[in-house]
Amino acid sequence: MIKKNTNNRKGKVIFSKFEPFTALKKALDIGRSESIAEIRESNLKGRGGAGFPTGVKWNLAAVAVDKEKYIICNADEGEPGTFKDRVLLDEYPELVFEGMVIAAYAVGANKGFLYLRGEYKSFLPQLEKKLKEMRTENYLGKNILNKENFDFDIEIRLGSGSYVCGEETALIESLEGYRGEARNKPPFPANVGYNGHPTVLNNVETFATVPHIIDKGSKWFKSIGTEKSSGTKLLSISGDCKKPGVYEVPFGITIKKILEMVNAIDTKAVQVGGASGHCVSKKDFGRQISYEDLNTGGSIIVFNNKRNMLDIAENFLEFFKEESCGQCTPCREGIPVLLEGVRMLRKGECTHEYLDDLLSLSETMKLASKCGLGQSSPNAFVDIIKTFKDEYVLNENNDIKEKIFNAR
Amino acid sequence: MSKFCSVGKERDENGEIIVCEESRAKLLPILQNMQQEKGYISDEDMQSVADELGIHPVEVYSVVTFYSFLSVEKKGEHIIRISNCISNIMAGSKEILKQFERILNIKVGETTSDGKFTLEETACIGMCDMAPAVMVDDKLIGNVTPRMVKKIIKEHS
Ligand SMILES: Cc1cc2nc3c(=O)[nH]c(=O)nc-3n(C[C@H](O)[C@H](O)[C@H](O)COP(=O)(O)O)c2cc1C
Ligand code: SF4
Ligand code: FES
Repeated sequence: MIKKNTNNRKGKVIFSKFEPFTALKKALDIGRSESIAEIRESNLKGRGGAGFPTGVKWNLAAVAVDKEKYIICNADEGEPGTFKDRVLLDEYPELVFEGMVIAAYAVGANKGFLYLRGEYKSFLPQLEKKLKEMRTENYLGKNILNKENFDFDIEIRLGSGSYVCGEETALIESLEGYRGEARNKPPFPANVGYNGHPTVLNNVETFATVPHIIDKGSKWFKSIGTEKSSGTKLLSISGDCKKPGVYEVPFGITIKKILEMVNAIDTKAVQVGGASGHCVSKKDFGRQISYEDLNTGGSIIVFNNKRNMLDIAENFLEFFKEESCGQCTPCREGIPVLLEGVRMLRKGECTHEYLDDLLSLSETMKLASKCGLGQSSPNAFVDIIKTFKDEYVLNENNDIKEKIFNAR
Repeated sequence: MSKFCSVGKERDENGEIIVCEESRAKLLPILQNMQQEKGYISDEDMQSVADELGIHPVEVYSVVTFYSFLSVEKKGEHIIRISNCISNIMAGSKEILKQFERILNIKVGETTSDGKFTLEETACIGMCDMAPAVMVDDKLIGNVTPRMVKKIIKEHS
């Protein structure tokens, strides 16, 4: 197994002390609607990036009328710089599975999937073993813990190396046996999900938070974090720092504090939210991690003064170019144009006018792309262009634009 | 929904093919197994899967070509994947890549002539805290140094 980098895990929610499956017993005691109410009261929002209120999502699926409902755990974790789900699946799998069983009980689902990215295939045997134990203990199976008519089981399915499959509707397409191409929303998966049935799809960390909330209550959970962002967030921190790793922090923590925590020095910029997130420069290190300020699925990449910001923009755009599913034009055609633009900037060939064109193209991509990949692909590029003006020089000669367009 | 598929082998009493969503959902696991066993998915295999699930072979081809871990060309016995994500590059992954290229005597994207190794670049493999990291088949290896490269290759030869 891989070497662990635990940094002595501690935290107020996920890494706090917990007796496995006590929350499940409690949920079965208090009943379906009370369980959903507790989650809704807690103000828990999705930890996968989009931040949709979990209780609302569960309620949608619970009230939908259908004999078949599904629970899906999104373990596709493809955002560059994110690895906290890997740690949860490796060290706290029962917490994730318990969260899924509670969700299944709450909404009335009989079948669950863990969609595990292909890169994490080495965790498969230990996860299967955990599921087997749960079946023996009747935490999975028929009439779970003697609750009549509560049958539920979990199947693990592997991804095959595609970032866009982390998008919820693309993930469902992939589970159904198709190319991972995002669907139009609405309808949302909570109403029309796996094979057309109501489906609760949550991130690994969201499910891992649920048992703690059921166990200790929504009031306790809300006492942690900020007013609008309850609880804690797992951050995956990498890049130029002495102590990379997974940290559990309360919402509201500032970038400055984070940098101190991981011993980062001479920091120039921090990428919050991975390639699809935002690039924060020094003057904004007072900003905080929360849904109302800097939202992130957990990826924090630190850049020191030696780094060239255009290298970073180029790397992210190369990534998006590779991973775009190619379904819609703004994303498929826009990303290569931005990538070419960065390369022109590096060579000093880009003019003022052309840069303005690139920024307006970015706006179009944000508005007109079908899924979050295309919509967020220009973010880092735009941030870097706007914030790090002294890292590139523009060409004052307007003929260049003509030349470039002819060259394409 | 229109996206039903049929299992060619199962028919009801009137001889009609039974329409079933679950069978289509098996496509990816079937392909993943084939990839694992043979190192690629051949035209013949695509045809036979298509027959079994009652779908057009082009459908199978379109799925195979979508996923980067599935391939229509034969890969080496072992696949070495190096993440070209920013955290890895900042930690020196290009040096590691060069070292693999040198020792295996191939360029990234190629397979050694004895069919033992394929060397590829891939997106973030979720090992950014232990960069530079590589994936050898299913195994994740973190904090790789140029010196470790030889050992990694030897262990899989
Ligand atoms: C391109 C793209 C990739 C995504 N990748 C992931 C992922 O790897 N894991 C994840 O949980 N959510 C990912 N999401 C967000 C999901 O679509 C979805 O919002 C989330 O899984 C819902 O769970 P939550 O409410 O618990 O966060 C991605 C979204 C997009 C647009
Ligand atoms: S935005 Fe990009 S990834 Fe999303 S559907 Fe369009 S082409 Fe595919
Ligand atoms: S950013 Fe490199 S392994 Fe994740």
